[in-house]
Amino acid sequence: MTRHFSIAALLAQAARGQKGWAPQWRTPAPKAEYDALIVGGGGHGLACAYYLARRYGLTNIAVIEKGLVGSGNVGRNTTIIRSNYLLPGNIPFYETSLKLWEGLEQDINYNAMISQRGVLNLFHSDGQRDAAVRRGNAMLLHGIDAQLLSREEVRARAPFLDFDTARFPIMGGLLQQRGGTVRHDAVAWGYARAADKLGVDILQHCELTGLRIENGAVIGAETSRGFIRARKIGLSVAGNSSRVAAMAGLRLPIESHVLTAFVSEGIKPLIDCVITFGAGHFYISQSDKGGLVFGASVDGYNSYAQRGNLPCMEETCEEAMALMPSIGRLRMLRSWGGVMDMTMDGSPIIDRTPVDGLYLNGGWCIGGFKATPAAGLCLAHLMAKDEPHPVATAYRLDRFATGQLLDETGGGTNMALH
Amino acid sequence: MEEFVYAGDATLSRPGSNAELSAWVDYVYFRDNPAGPHSELWYHAAACRQFLKVERDTRTHVISSAELA
Amino acid sequence: MMQAFRQETGGLIDRARPVAFSFDGRRLQGYQGDTLASALLANGVRLVGRSFKYHRPRGILSAGPEEPNALVELREGAAREPNTRATVAELFDGLSARSQNRFPSLRHDVLSINGALAPIFAAGFYYKTFMWPAAFWERVYEPLIRRAAGLGRASGLPDPDRYGKQTAFADVLVIGAGPAGLSAALAAAGQGGRVVLAEQDSALGGRLLSDRRSIDGRPALAWLAEAEARLRAAGVRILTRTTITGVFDGGTYAGVERVADHLAAPGTLPRQRLWRVVARRAVLATGAIERPIVFGGNDLPGVMLAGAVRSYVNRFAVRPGARAAVFANNDDGAGTIADLVQAGMEVVALVDPRPQTPPALRAVAASHGVPVFEQSTVRQAVGGTALSSIVLGGKADGVRLSCDLLAMSGGWNPAVHLASHHGGRPVWHDALAAFVPGQMPPGMRAAGAAAGHVSTGGALRTGSEAGGGKESAVPSTGPESDAVTPFWQVVNPTGKAFVDFQNDVTSADVALAAREGFTNVEHLKRYTTLGMATDQGKTSNVTGLAMMAALTGRTIAQTGTTVFRPPYTPVAIGAMGGTHRGARYRPTRRTPAHDWAASQGAPFTEAGEWLRATHFPKVGETMQQSIDREVRTVRQAAGFCDVSTLGKIDVQGPHAGAFLDFVYANTISSLAPGRARYALMLREDGFAFDDGTVARLSDTHFVATTTTGNASRVLQHLDFCRQMLKPDLDVCVEPVTDQWAQFALAGPHARSVLEQLVGAGSDVGGRSLPFMAVAQAAVCGVPARIFRISFSGELAYEIAVGASHGAALARALQSAGAAPYGLEALNVLRLEKGHPVAAELNGQTTAADLGLGRMLSRKKDFIGRALSERAALQDADRPALVGLRPRAGGTLQAGAHLVPAGAPARIEHDHGHVTSAAYSATLGCWIGLGLLAGGQRRIGEVFRAVNPLQKMETEVDIVPPVFHDPAGAALHG
Repeated sequence: MTRHFSIAALLAQAARGQKGWAPQWRTPAPKAEYDALIVGGGGHGLACAYYLARRYGLTNIAVIEKGLVGSGNVGRNTTIIRSNYLLPGNIPFYETSLKLWEGLEQDINYNAMISQRGVLNLFHSDGQRDAAVRRGNAMLLHGIDAQLLSREEVRARAPFLDFDTARFPIMGGLLQQRGGTVRHDAVAWGYARAADKLGVDILQHCELTGLRIENGAVIGAETSRGFIRARKIGLSVAGNSSRVAAMAGLRLPIESHVLTAFVSEGIKPLIDCVITFGAGHFYISQSDKGGLVFGASVDGYNSYAQRGNLPCMEETCEEAMALMPSIGRLRMLRSWGGVMDMTMDGSPIIDRTPVDGLYLNGGWCIGGFKATPAAGLCLAHLMAKDEPHPVATAYRLDRFATGQLLDETGGGTNMALH
Repeated sequence: MEEFVYAGDATLSRPGSNAELSAWVDYVYFRDNPAGPHSELWYHAAACRQFLKVERDTRTHVISSAELA
Repeated sequence: MMQAFRQETGGLIDRARPVAFSFDGRRLQGYQGDTLASALLANGVRLVGRSFKYHRPRGILSAGPEEPNALVELREGAAREPNTRATVAELFDGLSARSQNRFPSLRHDVLSINGALAPIFAAGFYYKTFMWPAAFWERVYEPLIRRAAGLGRASGLPDPDRYGKQTAFADVLVIGAGPAGLSAALAAAGQGGRVVLAEQDSALGGRLLSDRRSIDGRPALAWLAEAEARLRAAGVRILTRTTITGVFDGGTYAGVERVADHLAAPGTLPRQRLWRVVARRAVLATGAIERPIVFGGNDLPGVMLAGAVRSYVNRFAVRPGARAAVFANNDDGAGTIADLVQAGMEVVALVDPRPQTPPALRAVAASHGVPVFEQSTVRQAVGGTALSSIVLGGKADGVRLSCDLLAMSGGWNPAVHLASHHGGRPVWHDALAAFVPGQMPPGMRAAGAAAGHVSTGGALRTGSEAGGGKESAVPSTGPESDAVTPFWQVVNPTGKAFVDFQNDVTSADVALAAREGFTNVEHLKRYTTLGMATDQGKTSNVTGLAMMAALTGRTIAQTGTTVFRPPYTPVAIGAMGGTHRGARYRPTRRTPAHDWAASQGAPFTEAGEWLRATHFPKVGETMQQSIDREVRTVRQAAGFCDVSTLGKIDVQGPHAGAFLDFVYANTISSLAPGRARYALMLREDGFAFDDGTVARLSDTHFVATTTTGNASRVLQHLDFCRQMLKPDLDVCVEPVTDQWAQFALAGPHARSVLEQLVGAGSDVGGRSLPFMAVAQAAVCGVPARIFRISFSGELAYEIAVGASHGAALARALQSAGAAPYGLEALNVLRLEKGHPVAAELNGQTTAADLGLGRMLSRKKDFIGRALSERAALQDADRPALVGLRPRAGGTLQAGAHLVPAGAPARIEHDHGHVTSAAYSATLGCWIGLGLLAGGQRRIGEVFRAVNPLQKMETEVDIVPPVFHDPAGAALHG
């Protein structure tokens, strides 16, 4: 039984007709009790389990997932990683995440195809340029890479963009070269495998149906596979945070919205970085399989349906055509939708809850994927130490009451502006 | 621009001006966010600019009623 | 010899219209009515592509959009479309197509060496390697992988074609015009109401075009022609070449019509058209897609789906080979044999893997002299770049037959995709060995093969029922057998046995996925990429799922069902988003005086959807010189600026004042008629939202302005406040932004300019129209509103006239001696006075941050009051508005950060940022505004404005945020 991945193992197994591979993670039966239970087998939940075991020395851990590992938003996103944020409450967190991405493959022995090919945010007006300068400088002051590209430099990098007929001509762009993309499925599977190797029980088809709370502290989880005792429970259920929090009698500053994304048929290399369009919400990159992966904004209404509607699909394609008119000849192959926890200031929540032992990681809006390693690490730290990780101190639930909001865009409670 | 613009939960009730801060925080930020029937407001932005109160299931998107708010 | 494989007679092609086309540079001929695939086959071209991973030779598998192999680059130059299915592309004169994913040629592709490395290239191999050395992934491995990825090449040039969109409303939408759909449409038309019939093919008929069937004792084609005529006569809207590709909420169906793809050039037509059909009900009559069988070498050119063979033989009059064998788990093999023999082809075998071959089938084979190999399989298809022989397994194990065409059929998968677009899972039907629709979107029902009724008779009957018709009206068909015995794969195949042809997923890969725990269909799909190619798994999903079920000892239902989402087949992005191209991407809003400004040579910039003049250059001036001149003119003489883009909202009613008191932070109701006031609006979360001027024209009539960018958001907010929060107030709110042209007239000479334009008898003197007063008077002979307000800090007025008079007013102001000034000078002037604009009112600032905290009334409730009092919003250390004055003549850029003079440029020393900056002609130096922690308390300190992004830095003095005339003396003249 070979567990370690390497070219040597590949060659050895090739010679044996691939017969020596074993399941990438076990399917154990739930134990009666765990020291820590994580609800949600997506990227964040699995990463948390991994770091709890690897860095914080907990050994008796389980992840419960109502479906399959990686079947939620981690399996249906546009795979972008970056740390090009504006606010001091956000930048160190995302940079921590980016640094974890940079070492992830070696850490978990899984090729997640981390490709730091650059994230380029285009701007189309003086106001947008000024905002980009402010943000680029914030990044540089944090010691993070940022470059301002002129219109001609953007053109040299991406000649297929519309420089001639655009309604809102491209003025330039803010580039973070260390940003890029990752193979999302590999992240979920890689963390699952690595956590499993450290003894974490991954319990699929195990849905949380209730939380048992006594004297203001959580004592265990009711699940579709029975009651599981645990005095530390971390909730990490993108899109469903409100439903799960309600089991503890909590309301959250979250609306669940649908975000759709798309991939085109595979073509030979065309786009070598991630490009975001400033005259809309559109962004696009090209996967290693050749498909163009793109999306725009949330449909704009509460939804748990994991599917969007035609106007949003049309709007996304219109923005695509405005950005790169050559895309009209290419075909949309797949669309998918996820459920997003949209918070009222556009920033996430990693915090204790009023219930002792119950921790919340949620509110990731449309940007949770890039946060996967750091969110996992910070939730693990929070669960292990009962205090926030230094880079996540701004992600408190009480910030809505105190007014210490983390509003990157100034959109307030307007979801469409985040 | 879409004809109708979503305007959020219709069950909210603006607190009186002397209400506790927590009531205001609740009103502005906290939501039930149910998976199921949802009473919500839609604004007829492109035309008559009336707000409509709509009952819609957030799991299936099926609208069961709509009336002027 | 041209078209050596074309039958001499027959088919639905138009032999009177030959068509010339080329493939990989080779000139060939076909007929009008051919697809590219049928024409290639007619010319004996069987090798048409190379597979994605192993670069194996590939031919044409099917005759429809489910085609995984025969993908070509169609057309040239900017019109080039990669990954186009040859089985769907209609032939037109001059068509040019190239094969893909091969180098240097289709016949000799160097990357076919990948096949030798196949043992390493098993599913998911890339997750297990390419990790060392760490730097190599990005520099070596990934670039190689990306170059090998994808199939066709995008042109990279702008799409040259037009696209259209259209909406149709229907009582019944019938999807598919095969026997079931035609039957449904006839029945629905008979009920009255609007019927839309959508068919993805260029002609109606579905299977009737490809099989030789009879209906009511006549050839099916005769019934078809009559049905079509009846539908047209009934006014049914028939859309051919239209694929319904998505089912959305509210009975909305998206369809894509290939309006001009079958023409050499679209001319004036849109290339494609997006249909939005809003229908009360829909009938899913999309038919069924045939399943391949998994056995060794099943990907060779010459191995085809049996139904496709019949299409090429009957519809296109092609002989896809000379010697054929049939391998089928169902009785349709009878029809296949008959059609092949009738077309003059030799049929060397019928291979039947079932435990029992029905006597009727044996009889048909015997009557054509075709040997039947019962309880046998095809273990391997053998050949180089084309099929040359097959090796049997099972009871006839070892038998080798030479043939160049193998027609295989593993049964059919109802095309249920649209039925599950709302998340309803298809249901496994044991008897059919297929999935049928489960819960469907509201209003949809299925009929015909899509519902599992694969016989023509069943299709006609269920179609009629679904359309609301009566059974008695259904025509009869001969006896048909649609019995299928599941047979997915030949176990222990010789050679690679393919499940997903395009992505090169083999039965060994499915086994590997099982071994590694990826046993659920979702995991199977993602791990092996089965079903993720451009054919979206139409010929592979169910087979892969059945194989996984068998491997893991579960039923198919336990293994998981595949759920589908739009688009049903890949859709050109241009069809979805191609109607508002280039300059039409968003509306362009022009002010009433736009043309006048353009005539003055003003360049324009975007302000949201508006165009605003930036400056009015005189000959020989640089832009900065123009701006400086305009600023000086306003400060020293008189200038005028078009401010029509600001939002204007008319508020009327007995409670208008009370309403505005509720909406704004400061008090409005205390305004006397004829007076105006600067007003600030908060969001309910306590942050600053928008500012403007409110003027009271009478007891019950106010006019408010908003910033240009927030006009529609403020309007929505006011409507919400009125309807939802204050429904008892008697007040009306109306946007009047477009109804009024408005100009600022500013400068020491502004009054004398204005006096030239107002009617005799109007007094705009300092006492009649003091600062912050408003008057209604005639200007240039038309009714106008004159607001004595000032954004520039000079003696100033804003003059509003009806929009149709805007251009005339601009000319009159110019004639009266005021000089036009644009957005840039406007910005410098307001900066010199420290007025906040969007850069400061950016959604993250409070009134207090902007020095406007005192505007918040303590005496009334208003939007945002409660939450503005939160500690964090009152914190004295919050970044607050200050003025910035570069020392030593330096420049300043918005976006620079503010760091104390002696401190290094690192985040721990970051105290704020520069929000606006410009060269001030009035002061003769650069000035700026910024948000600095502690704000007002820091006045007098020295900071550095650091801008490492643009490699600039300047020392600045922190000063009060007003640079010119702080006392406002100029305002009150």
